[in-house]
Amino acid sequence: MRHTLSVVVENKPGVLTRVTSLFARRGFNIDSLAVGTTEDPTLSRITIVCSAAETPIEQITKQVHKLINVIKVQELDPADSVDRELVLFKINAAPERRHEIIEIANVFRAKIVDVGRNSVTIEATGATDKIDAMEDLFRAYGIKEMARTGKIALTRGRES
Amino acid sequence: MSERITGAEALVRCLEAEGVDILFGYPGGVALPIFDALYDSKQVRTILPRHEQGAVHAADGFARATGRCGVALVTSGPGAANTITGIANAYMDSIPLVVITAQVSTAVIGTDAFQEIDITGITVPITKHNYLVKDVAELPEIMKEAFHIATTGRPGPVLIDVPVDVSKGELDFAYPDSVNLPGYKPTYKGHSKQIKQAVSLITRARRPLLYVGGGVISSEGAKELKELAELMQIPVTTTMMGKSVFPEDHHLWIGMPGMHGAKYTNYAITEADLLIAVGVRFDDRVTGKLAAFASKAKIIHVDVDPAEIGKNKAVDVPIVGDAKNVLAGIVAELRKTDAESKSEAWVAVIDEWRKQFPLHYGGHEAGAAGEHLFPQYVVQRVSELTKDRDTIICTEVGQNQMWACQYYTLRHPRSWVSSGGLGTMGFGFPAAIGAQAGRPDALVIDIAGDGSIQMNTQELATAKINGFPVKIVILNNGYLGMVRQWQELFYGRRYSASVLPQDCPDFVKLAEAYGCFGVRVEKPADLDAALQAAFDFDGPAIVDCRVVGEECVYPMVAPGASIDEMLGGVPGCPVSEMLDDDILEEVWE
Ligand SMILES: Cc1ncc(C[n+]2csc(CCOP(=O)(O)OP(=O)(O)O)c2C)c(N)n1
Repeated sequence: MRHTLSVVVENKPGVLTRVTSLFARRGFNIDSLAVGTTEDPTLSRITIVCSAAETPIEQITKQVHKLINVIKVQELDPADSVDRELVLFKINAAPERRHEIIEIANVFRAKIVDVGRNSVTIEATGATDKIDAMEDLFRAYGIKEMARTGKIALTRGRES
Repeated sequence: MSERITGAEALVRCLEAEGVDILFGYPGGVALPIFDALYDSKQVRTILPRHEQGAVHAADGFARATGRCGVALVTSGPGAANTITGIANAYMDSIPLVVITAQVSTAVIGTDAFQEIDITGITVPITKHNYLVKDVAELPEIMKEAFHIATTGRPGPVLIDVPVDVSKGELDFAYPDSVNLPGYKPTYKGHSKQIKQAVSLITRARRPLLYVGGGVISSEGAKELKELAELMQIPVTTTMMGKSVFPEDHHLWIGMPGMHGAKYTNYAITEADLLIAVGVRFDDRVTGKLAAFASKAKIIHVDVDPAEIGKNKAVDVPIVGDAKNVLAGIVAELRKTDAESKSEAWVAVIDEWRKQFPLHYGGHEAGAAGEHLFPQYVVQRVSELTKDRDTIICTEVGQNQMWACQYYTLRHPRSWVSSGGLGTMGFGFPAAIGAQAGRPDALVIDIAGDGSIQMNTQELATAKINGFPVKIVILNNGYLGMVRQWQELFYGRRYSASVLPQDCPDFVKLAEAYGCFGVRVEKPADLDAALQAAFDFDGPAIVDCRVVGEECVYPMVAPGASIDEMLGGVPGCPVSEMLDDDILEEVWE
């Protein structure tokens, strides 16, 4: 089962290590991790996607919450949150295939950010399944390199 | 008002402000500025152990015996590395410690400088929190936070790594009087709705049981626990960490549960219809097979650490809060209901089990007479001879520890110092030194195995020189006994690496080498006099008891079995066959 956790922490050195090593120690696999500052410069938000096979997610949430520098931990309900991921694909693109690739990129509202002699680099943002779908399609052409940021997410507009 | 002083001086001022009067410290290059500053302190007495592991265990023993925060100070690199076992030990048992490690200067951190070690990195998983002080101006605030974190909520060790340039640097000193930790707000007061729910279960229960652990000791909740137990006549079982919080000569105390729990204790858990778990963590050494543990009971779980509730066992009524506070809340609520205890028959049943399945050894109930010196008998005599004295029992790890659990009768909170979660051999003796440092008037005894004691005997010098008259009673069986027991039961008696020569070292001479008193006992008839001589001696003493080597700790629950399936001791039979139908009807429905 996959879970998305949003963890607000004090913006201090070493905090990320504390959080991630706790996952490792308790046998939770981290699928993706994204960190950045929040509206308050003294705080950072860590978004973690993890799979919990057996141990309930509640246990890891409680353990994370115990860390002194952690202010808030929330499991995000997909129905009640917005999430995005940014990705860069560098795709094999001989001149004769370039057109098709650009076409696909357009369908997904992705952007061409670089064109080389035999490659095209595409930037896209979206929910994880959209990015997965693009990745699937581009595999047919050969993905030379890919970088994904990992998911970031916020709860929807009801004021919390 | 502030004043310009060095970081090292500031650190000492902070310790003084925290009321620290004893610290266990071992110096080294980058720690010297701090030790130099300590030289002038009129309040803080620095005790030099002989190994940094000894320093941390001593601080830990001090904390367990006094309820105050223990403090250890060591140098960087090897000094810091030597504290790890001690820190992990305190972490597993939730003991409040502040461990200060000196560090190489900030300018060279990360370059593998001489005696550099990433101690904050290493101790992330075994501290409640830790700090690397990068700027001398932060030192007072960090010290304040460290003591606050170590001693509040669920207590635990906090480490502060202080680079040498920080301790030499200068600051305008002022000790903060409050902390600002937005992410750290322990819950002390139990939720009133949950307390009401607990009370309603308690008033209805016919076979209730209090299952109590170290959390009640750290919250100083002995009085409230006793009130609840007596008010509703609820039998009490204390885990190894909970030992001493309930008087063990009380008719409602029913022993220690788990792997080496008595049969009557484990039967009681198995048959209970309500388990009131307070300050316990459902450790696997207690529960055995989880699914079978208290499987007929509704469970109320009280703990100050929300992460413990539901971690191993699903509960019916979770109450996050301080044990003392919540127990008091439950008692107050119960008094309003004027409910009466329904457990009279249940208490009688457990008493009956206690008669049928007593702890026993050596083929007889209380193997006093005869030629053979049984280790259990030694513990019983220690218990008897010290029953009117203010005594603190420390233990090593292994059979000695379990026999101490089974055969010593504890009467006062904080009279028990033993390594639970980590099970650290070599803990008992340095911890006893710490306990004695904190409780100078108490008789402090380390019940030891011949293997464990050899892990930290260098501390005999510390005990001798600082005038800590700790007594070591060695149950010298010539084996790493607990290992031998497992090899006997589960490895076909192949005693691989578990045999120790009973006369190497000569513990009497070892004691004498350190200027302490030593005496050897081989026969039961000589035991009392030897123990008494050691207890009366004005200094540290070793009593080397040459006990029967092949004794096992019984009863025993094999790993993975459920706790009512016990090996050894008086043979059991199914509960239903042990009781007549009338009782069955009255107590079980
Ligand atoms: C530091 C450490 N190493 C190893 C163990 C594993 N261990 C548990 S009990 C035991 C034997 C203890 O022997 P001894 O101290 O002689 O006590 P006895 O069981 O004979 O009473 C060992 C080796 C441990 N608990 N701690």
